[in-house]
Amino acid sequence: MTKPKVGFYWCASCGGCEEAVVDLHEAILDVVAAVDIVFWPCAMDFKRTDVEAMADGELAVCFINGAVRTSEQFEMVELLRRKAGVVIAFGACAQSGGIPGLANFTSKAAILANVYEDTRTTVNPHKTYPQATVQVPEGTLTLPVLDETVRALGQAIPVDYYLPGCPPPAKLIADAVGAILAGTLPAPGSVLAPNVGVCHECTRKETKPEKMLVTQFKRPHQVLIDPAQCLLAQGLVCLGPDTRSGCGAACPAGNMPCTGCLGALDQVRDFGAKALSGLASVLDAGEDAAIDAGLAGVPDPAGTFYRYSLPASELFAKLPE
Amino acid sequence: MSETMQSAEPRVGVYVCHCGINIAAKVDIAAVVEFAKTLPYVIVVRDYKFMCSDPGQELLQQDIKELGLNRIVVASCSPLMHEATFRHATEAAGLNQFYFQMANIREHVSWVTADKALATRKSQALVSAAVRRVVLNEPLEHQKVPVKPNVLVVGGGIAGIHAALTLANAGKQVTLVEREPTIGGHMAKFDKTFPTLDCAACILTPKMSMVRSHPNITMLTYAEVVGVEGYVGNFTVKVKKKARYVHEELCVGCNECVEACVYKEGRFTDTFNEGLSKRKPVYMPFPQATPSVVLIDPESCIELKTGKCKKQCATACTRNAIDFTMTDEIVALEVGAIIIATGFQTFDATRIPQYGYGKFPNVYTSLEVERLVNASGPTGGEVQLRDGSTPKRVGIIHCVGSRDEKTNRHCSRVCCMYSLKLAHLIHERTDAEVYNLYIDMRTPGKGYEEFYDKLLKEGVNFIRGRAAEVTDWTVTPEEEGKLVIRAEDTLIGVVRRIPVDMVVLSVGLEAHADADEVRRLFNISCSKEGWFLERHPKLAPVSTFTDGIFIAGACQGPKDIPDTVAQAGAAVAEALALVDRGFVELEPNTAFITKELCSGCHTCIAMCPFSAIRYNKEAGVAEINPALCKGCGTCVAACPSGAAQQHLFTDEQIFQEIEGVLNYV
Ligand SMILES: Cc1cc2nc3c(=O)[nH]c(=O)nc-3n(C[C@H](O)[C@H](O)[C@H](O)COP(=O)(O)OP(=O)(O)OC[C@H]3O[C@@H](n4cnc5c(N)ncnc54)[C@H](O)[C@@H]3O)c2cc1C
Ligand code: SF4
Ligand code: SF4
Repeated sequence: MTKPKVGFYWCASCGGCEEAVVDLHEAILDVVAAVDIVFWPCAMDFKRTDVEAMADGELAVCFINGAVRTSEQFEMVELLRRKAGVVIAFGACAQSGGIPGLANFTSKAAILANVYEDTRTTVNPHKTYPQATVQVPEGTLTLPVLDETVRALGQAIPVDYYLPGCPPPAKLIADAVGAILAGTLPAPGSVLAPNVGVCHECTRKETKPEKMLVTQFKRPHQVLIDPAQCLLAQGLVCLGPDTRSGCGAACPAGNMPCTGCLGALDQVRDFGAKALSGLASVLDAGEDAAIDAGLAGVPDPAGTFYRYSLPASELFAKLPE
Repeated sequence: MSETMQSAEPRVGVYVCHCGINIAAKVDIAAVVEFAKTLPYVIVVRDYKFMCSDPGQELLQQDIKELGLNRIVVASCSPLMHEATFRHATEAAGLNQFYFQMANIREHVSWVTADKALATRKSQALVSAAVRRVVLNEPLEHQKVPVKPNVLVVGGGIAGIHAALTLANAGKQVTLVEREPTIGGHMAKFDKTFPTLDCAACILTPKMSMVRSHPNITMLTYAEVVGVEGYVGNFTVKVKKKARYVHEELCVGCNECVEACVYKEGRFTDTFNEGLSKRKPVYMPFPQATPSVVLIDPESCIELKTGKCKKQCATACTRNAIDFTMTDEIVALEVGAIIIATGFQTFDATRIPQYGYGKFPNVYTSLEVERLVNASGPTGGEVQLRDGSTPKRVGIIHCVGSRDEKTNRHCSRVCCMYSLKLAHLIHERTDAEVYNLYIDMRTPGKGYEEFYDKLLKEGVNFIRGRAAEVTDWTVTPEEEGKLVIRAEDTLIGVVRRIPVDMVVLSVGLEAHADADEVRRLFNISCSKEGWFLERHPKLAPVSTFTDGIFIAGACQGPKDIPDTVAQAGAAVAEALALVDRGFVELEPNTAFITKELCSGCHTCIAMCPFSAIRYNKEAGVAEINPALCKGCGTCVAACPSGAAQQHLFTDEQIFQEIEGVLNYV
């Protein structure tokens, strides 16, 4: 029996998702035994032409991590979409834009100006910017073009499944691969993780007071964190209540508040808006001054609530063409 | 209709109402109908002159039966107006009533949009929103909750007294809460009442003592409501009874203690007499006070202020009723309905300085004069000036703090009539020359115009025009030593100077200064002047926007005693209708938590204003008690997981509605 062919690809991402695959440790051997990895440029030498040579649909499954920011990334994901029966958006950046997606708070022009002119270490008297094409004696050289905005994978091509997380937890990856091999994948469009908040699997949950009210939000470096008590109850901005579980509440277990990398639950349309209203509900303050003081522990609300999901958020529901 | 048919593929009927020309004059009905036909799941679209009429309702009922519709949208007026009508029509045709959705194209469109094209587009957008939403509506059932049989009446003026007695006579247990030490309200201060000039005390005090002795009435005087929780049929009310320092059940009102007080004479402002006399720290508000129990004012009592008094009052009391250690007490009540009858306050005449109130001793307010002409008032009913002399010329200025851009724009409705009454009483008792300065004479009421005619014949002078000022600056020997009212007589077109010994300011009726606090306490609304707002000015005049809470008397707006009593009766009828039914049907738009989706994060629990949410430790999830849930949606907005949702207002329904409006074209 021929083994199903599998591909991995990365776009705008940090490389952590690739690490996560390796983090499967010995389990990866089982994966390799069960499937044929035919495309994984990060780990082995494959070329685009290898993909182009494949028949449409030849890849059983392609895991793509990272957001889509350049013309080259878009071309690649379109190509992979054609070649793969199932495309899985792997990790927060592919799922909803992730950290690179925060660039959508500014513009392409501002980013380029910053990098090629404004930073202190830049010396660029002729204001030379990268060009899509340039003529040199040897011929025409080309570079990929930066898109106007960062897109989540699902905003660039149709995606079949989402494996959330920054990076996806090893257990979720293993479960997904298991489901692929066993042919027990859920309905297309599903997120391959439990549909319940992180608190559900957090050992601190039972310490929550009946009335969850906080007068002052704090940042982790400002307090000696109680290692057993609910972090939110201690005033730390823990996004556990807002975030899909599947990580085993790893961050709270490590004495750090949840930052929301597994993203929103199925029934929530906009992670940031929900997280904001959830946190605001917990703030026990009436007067404007008390509200301001309480929120002093959230100095960067946009970055806090939309850390992993800006491009896919309702804020960016309509992407500029 | 069978359940299977209800849950099948949506089949929507859309009905566009003309509302006579209310909607049709501004909205192109045909265009809305044509547009609605293009919407998904829409099977039939019709328009009709009056959808709320019987033939209108039959239209949709027939379609439900014949075309197998399972969703109904009516585009007409506000849901406040006719949602119940159409829900019932839907239900009567065999469809669950919550498969009905209303689009408001009257209050939200035709009445407020000037441009016909825009009004039509807006109507289309709202129809599109309603169709998208109704597809997601689910069948729901009303929950029945028993109603507590007892009733609370707040305010012991004539409105509250009449309400309490009528309810008690119907066999209900009533608690009457009055802020002052005695019930009676304003009426207890009057000598005679217009237009019949019957003695106020003769008709009021029997009712007051009936309240006192009625087995079904608990009277809490010198008390205020401090907390209201719960909902229609099931209110929990906290009342603070202020310390009287006299045990109510021991005191028989003999006044021995008042006699014995170390102060030989009254020294402190007697508020019941509008400051026209002095009282002692221990006092009875007025002879017919109900309850007939004295009280001690902690602000002026030496013992309560310094602990160093001979306490002669306590020694004099043979029944040991006086107790300086008494403290405020909180009483909790469980009631099914509440009638608010807190009355009014009179306009503060110092706000119009040109009339000289507070500056010239012989300028009085009407309420002060009510005390002066009262047989049990400070002068025993003699109309005397502050120096004891009898006025020979008296000017009564109408509309002080009424019908005036600078103070209150409203007409206080009773001032013309009570000014006529006071003119009659003053004239009768002193034979003085009386001048009434009025803007318009407003005497609409049974026997009122006749009363005015009578006064005209009695020789009272009437000058039409707003008084400009009251001054002691005299110009002729005739004016010497007198106050002069300057006013334009608009009937003869001259400015007149009227020298008088006494000026009476007919102060208007205003909402209480604390109306906003009281409104918040009971969760009802106020007009901008502070009058409590009725649910509908014509059709629900004693109901409020909070079910189970009714209003009566002058707290709703200025009115005379006959209207006050009639309104109190109406409020009682509404309260009885609620209480005697024995149950209320709760709207099923309650919140619910899907337990598989709940992480147990606790966010919602503290949010609920009705304490309806509890954490279930075994299951690790939050749970809502539907009987306590009022459907406010606070937890739904707060739930970070989207696990808490509200029936009829699920996130998806709201999003569909928004998208329907935004994407309708
Ligand atoms: C000078 C004058 C003369 C008038 N003469 C006549 C007349 O001759 N004939 C006539 O028909 N009408 C007359 N009126 C109008 C008449 O006073 C009102 O129609 C009548 O008093 C309204 O009764 P009520 O019970 O609504 O209000 P009120 O008489 O004001 O009684 C309200 C009661 O509620 C109490 N209360 C207020 N707030 C609270 C609270 N928060 N908690 C508990 N208790 C509270 C008050 O202490 C008061 O006892 C006159 C009015 C004025 C000002
Ligand atoms: S620490 Fe965070 S994840 Fe854990 S229970 Fe508290 S809020 Fe939830
Ligand atoms: S807020 Fe939502 S997730 Fe949290 S306890 Fe309440 S219902 Fe459950």
